[in-house]
Amino acid sequence: MSAHPQTRRAGQPLLKRAFRALKRDRWLYLIMLLPLAYYLLFWYYPMYGVTLAFKQYKPKLGIIGSPWASQNGMKYVLQVVNDPYFWTVFKNTIVLNLENLLITFPAPILLALLLNELASNGYKRLVQTVTYLPHFLSTVVVVGMMNVMFNSSGIVNQAIAALGGEKVAFLNEARYFRPMYIGSNIWQGIGWDSIIYLSALSGLDMELYEAARIDGAGRWKQTLHVTLPGILPTIIIMLILAMGRIMNVSYQKILLMMTGSNQSVSDVISTYVYRRGITQADFSYATAVNLFQSLVSLLFVGVTNTISRRTSETSLW
Amino acid sequence: MAIREGGAGRKAFQVFNTVFLFLLMLLCLYPLYLQLITSISHGLEVMKGGIILLPRNVTFNTYTTLVRGELFMYMRNTIVYTVVGTLVNLGMSCLCAYPLARKTFSGRKFFTALVTVTLFFSGGMIPMYLTVKQFGLMDTMWALILPGAISTYNMIIIRTAFQSIPDSLIESAQLDGANDLVILARIVVPLSKATLATMLLFYAVSHWNSYFDAMLYINKKNLYPLQIMLRNMLIGGLFNEETAIAGASADSFAVTDATLRSAAIVVTTLPILVVYPFVQRYFVKGVMIGSVKG
Repeated sequence: MSAHPQTRRAGQPLLKRAFRALKRDRWLYLIMLLPLAYYLLFWYYPMYGVTLAFKQYKPKLGIIGSPWASQNGMKYVLQVVNDPYFWTVFKNTIVLNLENLLITFPAPILLALLLNELASNGYKRLVQTVTYLPHFLSTVVVVGMMNVMFNSSGIVNQAIAALGGEKVAFLNEARYFRPMYIGSNIWQGIGWDSIIYLSALSGLDMELYEAARIDGAGRWKQTLHVTLPGILPTIIIMLILAMGRIMNVSYQKILLMMTGSNQSVSDVISTYVYRRGITQADFSYATAVNLFQSLVSLLFVGVTNTISRRTSETSLW
Repeated sequence: MAIREGGAGRKAFQVFNTVFLFLLMLLCLYPLYLQLITSISHGLEVMKGGIILLPRNVTFNTYTTLVRGELFMYMRNTIVYTVVGTLVNLGMSCLCAYPLARKTFSGRKFFTALVTVTLFFSGGMIPMYLTVKQFGLMDTMWALILPGAISTYNMIIIRTAFQSIPDSLIESAQLDGANDLVILARIVVPLSKATLATMLLFYAVSHWNSYFDAMLYINKKNLYPLQIMLRNMLIGGLFNEETAIAGASADSFAVTDATLRSAAIVVTTLPILVVYPFVQRYFVKGVMIGSVKG
């Protein structure tokens, strides 16, 4: 605007400039048209659909047209808060995820450190290739293989029986659900998730090791005082990202693993949303349940990010 | 000082490390191998147990049984969804990435913000389901393709690749009178082949492996993908009665639930296993360019 200080039509320049930009970039806007339509229709429209939690859904009126729910729109939110079963799945989600994070998070870091110690590059590459593979298997296949191996006549129970033990109902008993879920997560993710740490390790300054060696530090001390601090920023970023996903369990996997007898621990928020929303068509209620999940997620990322910024000066924002 | 670099402790650790990682590799591969030997063993032998290293009483009836069932229909569906879906993914991602990569684009900031928001917020399962329903996509292939037409993560990786192309190339094409669509198709895409190949693989694998969208949006059996066939076999035993009868008539117990399930796992996984060794390094490259920091 300062380019035309003495223009008479005060409102025009901005509009004119916008028009000129539109004309100049008309091809770029044209190209953007389809992606824009995609994001509006399949991201922003459903995002607006979150208001369903406060609405009385009428299929004929659609998400936008449906009237607000009673009790100032809070009907379903209040229902959720007063639903004792919701608090069960809420607790299940948090417990499952914290346990999962605690166990699966350090595993790829450990693997990366071990790979880093290998003297032979060829062997290192072989281990990497093989351990990345499970990442590319589908959830259905992983759960399928788990069923084949851990069912009452599967190879694991055969081994237990051969050693004189009692057969274990790994797939049914509630107390085995979490170990099975977490174990298979590690199996599928340990290799692939180590990539990021390996790349951080390869970026470390060799002179630091040199200096440590001169100071008389052995391999173990070098790992402790050079390697770990060096990849700490990567670890922290990955941890914050993991905290952000803490409420997003792999419900697609849990749905496949869920049985009547393990439901008391395996039912989590997303599987509950699926059952109430999709199976029972209780759309508003399910959306309200989902809303709680999003809020808690947001809280987790915010808190972790703040803590990490205060303590280590590494943060997402 | 000699103790730390070549000493006995160091040697012991090296041996332990090598062996440990060897065991880890076995642990990754053995479950798959077990499916293979189970699927070609006689059903009775599998019931008896003890099939650990080699198949027993080899039979390929499980596979003929699967074929006599509707394996090819499911497979064709999955192939169609994967091919069409990946093409849509790549096309849409390039269309979106190109304007965002152009530094002079007047709408760049606005559209970048619009797209980035979706990394952090989404409507969730139910609003998405109702949206797909409202748009009339239920029980069509498009329900599996359109909602995920662009993965914003992958699109950003493509944008980064586009940004590395020198502006002078684009400017000189503009002087020759080429419009942006032509520049995108003739200059930018060919110069980003390596990144696009990686993204093609990511997209293709995720289509091949997905089952949940089909569970949400597809109710017609003749549209089910392979993963749903496998899922139904896991949940409900034999995947339909015809195949049970077909299996039973040939040789009772040659084909059982257990062996059939393993065969289905093998069939579902085989394409990935065959392609994997050749494209593995592209995948890794994708993670590297996609990583936020480090």
